[in-house]
Amino acid sequence: MDIQGLKDIGAQVRRDIVRQVHGSQSGHPGGSLGCTDLIVALYFSEMKINDSKNSEGFLDFKREGIGEDLFFLSNGHISPVFYSVLARRGYFPVSELATFRKINSRLQGHPATHEHLPGIRIASGSLGQGLSVAAGAAYAKKLRKEDRLVYVLMGDGEQQEGQVWEGVQFCAHKKLDNVIAVIDWNGQQIDGSTDEVMSNLDLKAKYTAFGWDTVDLDNGNDMQHVVEAIQAAKAKTGKGKPVVILMRTGMGYGVDYMMGTHKWHGAAPNDDQLKVALDQLPVTLGDY
Amino acid sequence: MKKYTFTDKKDTRSGFGAGIAELGRTNPKVLALCADLVASLKLDTFIKENPDRFIQVGIAEANMIGISAGLALSGYIPFCSTFANFGSGRVYDQIRQSVAYSNTNVKICVSHAGLTLGEDGATHQILEDLAMMRAMPEMTVINPCDYNQTKAATIAIANYNGPVYLRFGRPVMPIFTEADQKFEIGKAWMVNEGKDVSIFATGHLVWEAILAGEMLEAEGIDAEIINIHTIKPLDTDAILRSVSKTKCAVTAEEHQLNGGLGDAVCQTLSRNMPSPVEMVGVNNSFGESGTPAQLMEKYGLNAKAIVAAAKKAIQRRG
Repeated sequence: MDIQGLKDIGAQVRRDIVRQVHGSQSGHPGGSLGCTDLIVALYFSEMKINDSKNSEGFLDFKREGIGEDLFFLSNGHISPVFYSVLARRGYFPVSELATFRKINSRLQGHPATHEHLPGIRIASGSLGQGLSVAAGAAYAKKLRKEDRLVYVLMGDGEQQEGQVWEGVQFCAHKKLDNVIAVIDWNGQQIDGSTDEVMSNLDLKAKYTAFGWDTVDLDNGNDMQHVVEAIQAAKAKTGKGKPVVILMRTGMGYGVDYMMGTHKWHGAAPNDDQLKVALDQLPVTLGDY
Repeated sequence: MKKYTFTDKKDTRSGFGAGIAELGRTNPKVLALCADLVASLKLDTFIKENPDRFIQVGIAEANMIGISAGLALSGYIPFCSTFANFGSGRVYDQIRQSVAYSNTNVKICVSHAGLTLGEDGATHQILEDLAMMRAMPEMTVINPCDYNQTKAATIAIANYNGPVYLRFGRPVMPIFTEADQKFEIGKAWMVNEGKDVSIFATGHLVWEAILAGEMLEAEGIDAEIINIHTIKPLDTDAILRSVSKTKCAVTAEEHQLNGGLGDAVCQTLSRNMPSPVEMVGVNNSFGESGTPAQLMEKYGLNAKAIVAAAKKAIQRRG
């Protein structure tokens, strides 16, 4: 898919995000908007996934993902973007996005396998666990001698969790060069900027010191740059080291009043705010 | 009283080692993980025979649980192993989210549970793990009683699809169950049929219950002894069947009174058949350093304590 096509999907996904969060008056729009370009690029362009369909016309999802590239969302609170991309990619009906965070929904507040939502392989939300799970899946691919890749997205605030560094160490020690981690480096977390709350200092130096290869992505909200960074990371796989993309994004990207502030980390727009947001995000694929 | 004798003593952790060694030969999906405690977990044979199916994760138990979840969702059967203290409380949230809630087929196999860890003291003597794991939805909790039963349980859980917490220990104990027994998850094992009092024991306390049964017999008391190797799902039918006959019960476990087997039995009885129950376990305290035998004596977890509890239960029943 060309860059414009990916941008169009991204615009619709951003509409889906603010509409989901508005619909349940609950959820995390900020990080979702910031990571939209990455997750769209992965699912619609860069990952190899099984395109065969089931009898209902949706993607035939297999949890094991044998022969596929896998994506794990460790910062599970940005579920709105994950759900929108999965639905738009064909895993389940886009109309189901209207059930986000509501009773009896498969679209739980944080991603879960418990309700058997196609596309989800592990629950996430309690931070710091996704890299370990991705490492296990990557190890399994090595055992099977599969050459597919395992992607995992983490938040920059999430880097404060100790378990992340257990996983970082493991991936390097076991030479899991089929792992591509991405850090959403938006500089914000719930209580303020990461520099104020608990500075990450130099993430690139940290990952390098732990034995990883790194890719800088200075604008994670420019689709061309995002695709090029993923391709650069792919080119570094298979060389004995795991790879991390240090992705600078703007929290809330695409909705002017949500941008660059932690205040929209976990807050829902009201009716007037929704209208303002949607005026900035064109319909491209059709609303759910 | 049915006679139980033993010719050999071994640690239950060696039963785990023997069980996983056999799985190494028979089930190619089984992997072993360990957090820097290979010798303590008796993994030597498995590793020697299947070096490519062993994953050393270093001192990073949270990571080990996550890796296991990733391996399991990919179709493998990971047996991750460490001390019970580090495989339960330390990683409760990881087990909760990545294993139980995500229903990944991870086997958490933990040694050195309880007071019988001995000299290392209370930092390592987990006495709350059964309570924590019992409370967790989707989790199966197993606490076998001797070497043979631990080996059989290890092999059995590989054939069960779902999260399991398998708990065993450090000290050598009499081997009194049959070699090559069939282990049925959730099915209590009748050790001795009796009519005066039901003794429900788990883990190392099953042998103590047998000794207690012999002591009670000498005083004319006919005790029914049941080995509850599966704490969850609990064999409530076996418990109710027994107490419908004896009308009183004793529970015995190497664990806190709060939240363990005793509470589980009381919950079953109070809902269905209110009856006097006396509980043998640790009463809201931490352990300490000492030999296993000294600790079991000091904290009242032995045959003598079970005998006293049985008499009290009978007295209360009237």
